[in-house]
Amino acid sequence: MAEETVRELRASFAAGRTRPAEWRAAQLKALVRMIEEKEADITAALHDDLAKPQMESYLHEISLAKSSCKFALNGLKNWMKPEKVPAAITTFPSSAQIVPEPLGVVLIISAWNYPFLLSIDPVIGAIAAGNAVVLKPSEIAPATSSLFAKLLPEYVDNTCIKVVEGGVSETTALLEQRWDKIFYTGSGTVGRIVLAAAAKYLTPVALELGGKCPVIVDSNVDLHVAVKRIAVGKWGCNNGQACISPDYIITTKSFAPELVKITISIMTNEFLAQSQKLNFQYLIHEINLWQLDSLKRVLERFYGKDPLESADLSRIVNSKHFQRLTELIEEKKVAEKIVYGGQTDEKRLKIAPTILMDVPQDTALMTGEIFGPILPIVTVISSRLPNAQLTNPYLPFGGVGDSGMGCYHGKFSFDCFSHKKGVLIRGFGGEATARYPPYTPEKQKILRGLINGSFFALILALLGFPREKR
Amino acid sequence: MGSVSAPEEMALGFGGLVGDLTEVYESGRTRDLEWRLSQLRGLVRLLEEKEEDIFDVLREDLGKHRGESFRDEVGVLKKSVVDKLQNLKNWAAPEKATQAHTPLVAFPATALVVPEPLGVVLIFSCWNLPLGLALEPLSGALAAGNAVVVKPSELAPSTSAFLAANLPKYLDAKAVKVVEGGAEVGEKLMEHRWDKVLFTGSSRVGSLIMTKAAKHLTPVALELGSKCPCIVDWLDSNRDSQSTLKRFFTKPEYMARILNEKHFKRLSDLLADKRVAASVVHGGHFNPKTLSVEPTLLLNPPLDSDIMTEEIFGPLLPIITVKKIEDSIRFLKSKPKPLAIYAFTRNEKLKSRIIEETSSGSVTFNDAIVQYGLDSIPFGGVGHSGFGQYHGKYSFDMFSHKKAVLKRSFLIEFMFRYPPWDDSKIGMLRRVYRFDYISLFFALIGLRR
Repeated sequence: MAEETVRELRASFAAGRTRPAEWRAAQLKALVRMIEEKEADITAALHDDLAKPQMESYLHEISLAKSSCKFALNGLKNWMKPEKVPAAITTFPSSAQIVPEPLGVVLIISAWNYPFLLSIDPVIGAIAAGNAVVLKPSEIAPATSSLFAKLLPEYVDNTCIKVVEGGVSETTALLEQRWDKIFYTGSGTVGRIVLAAAAKYLTPVALELGGKCPVIVDSNVDLHVAVKRIAVGKWGCNNGQACISPDYIITTKSFAPELVKITISIMTNEFLAQSQKLNFQYLIHEINLWQLDSLKRVLERFYGKDPLESADLSRIVNSKHFQRLTELIEEKKVAEKIVYGGQTDEKRLKIAPTILMDVPQDTALMTGEIFGPILPIVTVISSRLPNAQLTNPYLPFGGVGDSGMGCYHGKFSFDCFSHKKGVLIRGFGGEATARYPPYTPEKQKILRGLINGSFFALILALLGFPREKR
Repeated sequence: MGSVSAPEEMALGFGGLVGDLTEVYESGRTRDLEWRLSQLRGLVRLLEEKEEDIFDVLREDLGKHRGESFRDEVGVLKKSVVDKLQNLKNWAAPEKATQAHTPLVAFPATALVVPEPLGVVLIFSCWNLPLGLALEPLSGALAAGNAVVVKPSELAPSTSAFLAANLPKYLDAKAVKVVEGGAEVGEKLMEHRWDKVLFTGSSRVGSLIMTKAAKHLTPVALELGSKCPCIVDWLDSNRDSQSTLKRFFTKPEYMARILNEKHFKRLSDLLADKRVAASVVHGGHFNPKTLSVEPTLLLNPPLDSDIMTEEIFGPLLPIITVKKIEDSIRFLKSKPKPLAIYAFTRNEKLKSRIIEETSSGSVTFNDAIVQYGLDSIPFGGVGHSGFGQYHGKYSFDMFSHKKAVLKRSFLIEFMFRYPPWDDSKIGMLRRVYRFDYISLFFALIGLRR
């Protein structure tokens, strides 16, 4: 089945279907329409899969997917244009350019935490670059996966863009085929499997993996603002289940207690519940609260006194991950370091925002990527420090080292799925006999001059020195 | 010292080597711009002061004439390193990403792309351009601020020994190491994690390297072989190819010899096929004593013969004829993607079709090989011919990570980013993402929902 799929896509690609700018633009426009027309269905699927609050679905998946599509539509003509570059004096006269071309048939394997965005975003890049695509959505987010399987054929050209659903065995079957590029988002463990499978065919690979993203909090910052931004980054993004979620905090010993106090307060403050009525008053409130906030306060303000009941908190994706996360905080050395939260609800797969202080480094919590609503704070004696990241289409998004290889977003997505072909065009004039054997000493002198960029040598070469018998 | 005794280090599995280099890298030594410039200057001095020695070792390993060695290795390298010296400051500087597209939720912010070195990198070079294929990537890796291990090909032993003896003298021996040896050494090196590996060589070994790299998630670039086709649309009847060949290679010393007996046999076996032998129209003389093979032209050998399916890598040139020149495009599309496509033609339409309808590492019209010396276009394969590009700034990029940095100030907070969520906040966000600020303003002061 995987073989047939690839064969069909190769035939479509070879026939040139995916190359014209009009085809690429048509697919991207269709995707924009799909996102607009089916927003409710997408939000529902994300809620099914992750109990994702509607706001998060809009903010982090739907709106970003739409703007990514529109950005590609706007940039398409320019990105496809060959880039003229300087040619060298040694090949004078000549012109050189870099021509982007599609790689061919690409495989995109996406993840479960942002199942909509992490599927659509690379697909946008692949289509913009003129490739045929197979999307394999994560089986751990089944509602979103079947939504793709149902919707994509309704909107895009399904002789060139296909969805293949399934788990380990279907993915393995796909990885046994030859692809022109594989784009994988997920864990390092599976990333290695993907890379090893690609090695058989020498297929280039992009891996967007996880990592423990630290947040360094210096003491001379605007604490309330910092804390809100950290809190929404950690718990307002899929409840900590994002590759770029702050994994843990590093701050000084003296500063840590205040940080925690404010965070808790933000999470439970009841003022806000009352002032929803008039937005302007809401704004004034913000200004007052600025003086009082820190992590605890922020958390209370966001999620109320009983966060497990808050509709604004996503759940953990499945029981396997729920198990993994509860085990991380049940370890005795860890449990005694909890300063806030720790409540869990196995039936609804919810874990409350949990803050810990100075968990020993040799625990599972402090070594693996957490990928959940648990935030350890590591205190250091003194510090001197910098900053963090988001989605600007002019910035490349991607990891390095264990967090992966390759980058995308914006034009980087287009580049990820393109080959930049160098093209050198020469005329038949400008024959430099110095290039050719026999390699006499005179020729070598002129060649040296040419390579060193000497204008005089160029003139001599152009005039046909050294002269040769025909 | 810079050159490692292979048996000792091998016995230890190269853990010491990798550990030492990691320590050097973490000390920050290689990131300093001055250090990088000094390494590049060291390379230039090496190429200038040791030029005669280089000509000697290339002649020993490959029988290359100094003219060819200068034109294709020493000269090109020097030009390339000087280019890096002139441009490094610019390449290493952070680049501002355009502000226009930052949505209000992240305003105000400064967005930068900061190139940073990858860390400790490994370069495998090949025997055919044993100096160039080691030093060009080395210059890129150093320019990018990495610590480097170079593993030259054991099949060009004089060049390998030259690099082992001289790189430590002209470069920072603590941060640049040469490891000599054969396949076992390569395997042992690949047991470790590297921040990047560049391999130039055959697809078979490339696949082994990539498989080993997968265990550590080591990013890899592969410069592999291929059959580079040359489309010839016309021939100037005043100069035919045979007299050109005679003119170039009258004295045998102008032609490099075949690398070794194994490759000599491989090439003579290509003509063992009777049908192929029958298609020879010029040359065909093999001298096993001097390992030299005459420039040989063949006309229409069978397409299923080894000479037409495997990369020749030798002085045999088959000519395949087609009815009309455009048929060559279909012919090419049925073959694996090559490293380079050459086409000699004045037909503009054909040129466009070749660019658009075929895929290859690069395309050169009305010349051959010279694209290798150009610093402004990327050099590298696609599909079967590999992935990853270098030369010029691309060498710098190959060994860099472009880190995105977003700086925000603490001023200006928009509450609609944060929970608790409600419809009015979603409405505000919708306006923000549409960059509809007037509507947003009204919503904020309560005049709109």
